[in-house]
Amino acid sequence: MTRLPGLLDTEAIRKDFPILDRVVHDGQRLVYLDNAATSQKPRQVLDVLNDYYERSNANVHRGVHVLAEEATALYEGARDKVAAFINAPSRDEVIFTKNASESLNLVANMLGWADEPYRVDQDTEIVITEMEHHSNIVPWQLLSQRTGAKLKWFGLTEDGRLDLSEIEQTITEKTKVVSFVLVSNILGTVNPVEAIVRRAQDVGALVVIDASQAAPHMLLDVQALQADFVAFTGHKMCGPTGIGVLWGRQELLEDLPPFLGGGEMIETVSMHSSTYAPAPHKFEAGTPPIAQAVGLGAAVDYLTSIGMDNITRHEHALTHYAVGRLLEVPDLRIIGPTTAEERGATISFTLGDIHPHDVGQVLDEQGIAVRVGHHCARPVCLRYGIPATTRASFYLYSTPAEVDALVEGLEHVRNFFG
Amino acid sequence: MKLDSMYQDVILDHYKNPHGRGLRNGDAEVHHVNPTCGDEITLRVRLDGDTIEDVSYEGQGCSISQASASVLNELLVGKELAEAHRIQETFLELMQSKGKAEPDDAMEEVLEDAIAFAGVSKYPARVKCALLSWMAWKDATSQALGETAGGKTA
Repeated sequence: MTRLPGLLDTEAIRKDFPILDRVVHDGQRLVYLDNAATSQKPRQVLDVLNDYYERSNANVHRGVHVLAEEATALYEGARDKVAAFINAPSRDEVIFTKNASESLNLVANMLGWADEPYRVDQDTEIVITEMEHHSNIVPWQLLSQRTGAKLKWFGLTEDGRLDLSEIEQTITEKTKVVSFVLVSNILGTVNPVEAIVRRAQDVGALVVIDASQAAPHMLLDVQALQADFVAFTGHKMCGPTGIGVLWGRQELLEDLPPFLGGGEMIETVSMHSSTYAPAPHKFEAGTPPIAQAVGLGAAVDYLTSIGMDNITRHEHALTHYAVGRLLEVPDLRIIGPTTAEERGATISFTLGDIHPHDVGQVLDEQGIAVRVGHHCARPVCLRYGIPATTRASFYLYSTPAEVDALVEGLEHVRNFFG
Repeated sequence: MKLDSMYQDVILDHYKNPHGRGLRNGDAEVHHVNPTCGDEITLRVRLDGDTIEDVSYEGQGCSISQASASVLNELLVGKELAEAHRIQETFLELMQSKGKAEPDDAMEEVLEDAIAFAGVSKYPARVKCALLSWMAWKDATSQALGETAGGKTA
């Protein structure tokens, strides 16, 4: 068995994840390498979800009965846990949404309806990058179409990094908001936050960071990032689906208008007008995803108990090993950085002219789960002149043996279509 | 092995040596995509009265989608429209069978090489790949007959 420095005790960790014992297709042990799409869930999270529904289920914030109080305490307790996890200065800066897409749409809509000095209109500009997930492209395209603001973006270099060579022409005095991904979901690239934030601050633009592929894998410190908004989702970090987070600086959350109206987000309502609850409730209209938030809290506890730095170290070692092994496969081209430096544990590649769909199908037959397609980042595929990629993505329970299984599986793919 | 039921030799042969690939003159052209995976096809239909004179296409995608377009070309060119629609409907029925259709001789007679796609119908994620060119053909034919407002190009 391959031993690499920095690896976690995956034998122990894998015992927490019942699904990893699954056998598929008549006896193939599951090799789950689709963690960038969603992570598996540890027993510790599944138990908390179950407990919540079996013991404490109620709606939050209103009832005076014991279950309502327990549910509220659990829901708000999850907010405390998430706030601590991302080093938020205040728990009131943590807004629960249903996923990162909703978080990003929420910011775009806050700005779309905002007054000065945040107002986005036809005289202003929005800046994104070519490596964004569609969820950080389309909300800004919509905002641009509705307000007349100009949408601009940073292009990519050949080796899968942001081309910031014209940063001063891209982020200008007209720029109102800069939104970019911290870790690319298709290229694996870790982006240079500081350079972009510094330029954005120089021109007074707001900074939004899509941390969906970062929060599960590295220490996320919203104060160190110096962004104005940070979005991520729960299900990629051992939590359930249906729960996302938008962190925003308190003064912005106070100033910016609500987007969705309804129960929970109000102070008083009359037939003529309403006043709003303070953040975060101002942005959480309706019954929130209560169990899901509680589950996310349990996921945060789980990840913290392992240690985010340890997870990063594990994935870095594994990525280094995987990149090396994959580059040994004939005709394999990595789309993205070809070293483990400044990159996460998501590796996209093409294999000769075998279509990724076919690659994924033959791998699946061997029990190996990868993602194929454009990964909701079609502009990246267009940029590199490819229709799609095969993507293997690792997490804290992934092992060198699984990398080996992938490499052997790809050999089988080549033989099959050779 | 289940994989062989999807990747029949007939399918792999069509994938490696596609029939009628390339765009030629047509009465209507459509461009269809499969948004979940990025497979694309541009397809043209040329009619001579009720007879399909040519189906030409260009596209990118997996072996299933490419082989399916090749089989379509082989099967439909030269056929009367009514017969072609019958083949298309039979193929659709087979692909929507979730692997449960037991292709009989009658079906095999209609579908010829396309019967090889029976195994694909067990894989829900791949059914759309197999149907991409057939949906494009149906759309292009409607347009060529002036049945939709889409005009001659899509």
